[in-house]
Amino acid sequence: MKISREQVVQVAKLARLELDNDELDALTGQMDAILAYVDKLNELDTDGIIPTSHAVPVENAFRPDAPVPSLGTEKALSNAPAAADGCFKVPKVIE
Amino acid sequence: MNSEYEVVIGLEVHVQLTTATKIFCGCSTAFGNAPNAQTCPVCLGLPGALPVLNRQVVENAIRTGLATDCRIAPRSIFARKNYFYPDLPKGYQISQFELPICEHGHLDIPLDDGTSKRIGITRIHMEEDAGKLQHGETPATADSSFVDLNRACTPLLEIVSEPDMRSADEAITYLKKLHQMVKALQVCDGNMEQGSFRCDANVSIRPWGQAELGTRAELKNINSFRFIKQAIEYEVERQADVLESGGKVIQETRLFDSTSGTTRSMRGKEEAHDYRYFPDPDLVPLVIDADWIERVRDALPELPEAKRARFVRDYGIPAYDAGVLTQNHEVSSYFDTTVAAGADPKQASNWIMGEVQRRLNDAGSEISAAPVDPAMLAGMLKRIADKTISGKIAKTVFDEMWKSGTDADTIIEAKGLKQVTDSGAIEAIINDVIANNAPQVADYRAGKEQLLGFFVGQVMKASKGKANPAAVNDMLKKKLQE
Ligand SMILES: [Zn+2]
Repeated sequence: MKISREQVVQVAKLARLELDNDELDALTGQMDAILAYVDKLNELDTDGIIPTSHAVPVENAFRPDAPVPSLGTEKALSNAPAAADGCFKVPKVIE
Repeated sequence: MNSEYEVVIGLEVHVQLTTATKIFCGCSTAFGNAPNAQTCPVCLGLPGALPVLNRQVVENAIRTGLATDCRIAPRSIFARKNYFYPDLPKGYQISQFELPICEHGHLDIPLDDGTSKRIGITRIHMEEDAGKLQHGETPATADSSFVDLNRACTPLLEIVSEPDMRSADEAITYLKKLHQMVKALQVCDGNMEQGSFRCDANVSIRPWGQAELGTRAELKNINSFRFIKQAIEYEVERQADVLESGGKVIQETRLFDSTSGTTRSMRGKEEAHDYRYFPDPDLVPLVIDADWIERVRDALPELPEAKRARFVRDYGIPAYDAGVLTQNHEVSSYFDTTVAAGADPKQASNWIMGEVQRRLNDAGSEISAAPVDPAMLAGMLKRIADKTISGKIAKTVFDEMWKSGTDADTIIEAKGLKQVTDSGAIEAIINDVIANNAPQVADYRAGKEQLLGFFVGQVMKASKGKANPAAVNDMLKKKLQE
């Protein structure tokens, strides 16, 4: 097994996914198969090859430090499920 | 402080950069605007928005890295740090994890015994700030929190030190030096109240002689030097008490409460410390060649340490003065400009550290807001040097400059404060004083020479302080011997 049921539970928790037992069983099986498939890559000889972080050979995309107009409060909040006093309103989070 | 344990401190400092725009979008970073006014699809984390790196952020990171003797990475990448919190709209913070832009630097701090100590800098990386959360306090809003994303995506440098500090005082010295430095580099405005320079402290203790580190507590987001010192000292005592009573220190995040001066555990938010970093596919790798690094190096402003050495070498002022004047970038420029305008360096230093600083302290204001600017101060010091006014009258002139914002020459002229150097005029006053104080004159002539001071005082008083004291002295001695 490449991944345990407990690990799937933990990953689901971190991703804020609520999964029932059947879903957990199914996903554990699927993820195990995916990881086994990816593991095939380990069969390749990668000695001397620099790890790749990006799929396209592009580097250094910059923008100048010059302001452009923002959306403004009204537009920014236009899709918010709840808003008040110019702010997004969310269920209270306590530090 | 409990002396059975050695204190070990490492610091993580978040420095907000002074760029005009955010790190990955063109929204303004100005402080104090209406909530969410400075937002766009990128900093709101809307689906499909593409972050693009602000080039100036890279420049500022290289600057800071060079000033702390870091190695600038030829290739670095951005990573996603995943967690859920309402002030983080994307569900991840764009930061750097593997391959940060700067590594392996250091900062030398002065110790009380006159030696210096090298504090290692593990890494400096670029990242975006989160938004601001406010919690409802009225009955109607008690179940809500309110999110303002103006600050979201503001550029930060996180400067991570090695656990090299051994006391709260060393930590404060390091922080003050770093604070001065980022201001001198003009990468950060240093405003701690507005959160432009904030500090997390990792604190642990271990019995003397033990090689491995004790379990550390992370003290979060403390925004004044005084509070950092208090928080560290409290935390050291707390951990010592835990160990003394046979307990174990647990690794956790603790919040400092400035009203009670204590720290308390932040359990809850902590439980899942699993950020699952991975390279951000939206941001392409950053490649910095030697030319770029050298261009930034050439444009580096003079840092406080180099400035201190220059003040001693070129201006001949004492090391102590140079140290005081270079603690603050604005003060050192004020001094530099005053000297450049023709003032004697030691005089300028005395006046800036004395009268100028005292008035600023009284008014609680900064030197940039001083009503007497460097040109005005230099103008007055030149009048002391060429003996137009005495050092004593200068206090009056300075007072008036401070109050009215008028230059010294105008004040000296308008108030008739010019020193009397005309020997005829001084002689007339001396004759009067001698005539009016016959008993003292007799005593003086009988050998009571310490009375000279009395006569000088009388003459200065009669001239309203405008007589040249040196000339008065000479002439009095001569007259009294006649
Ligand atoms: Zn934006």
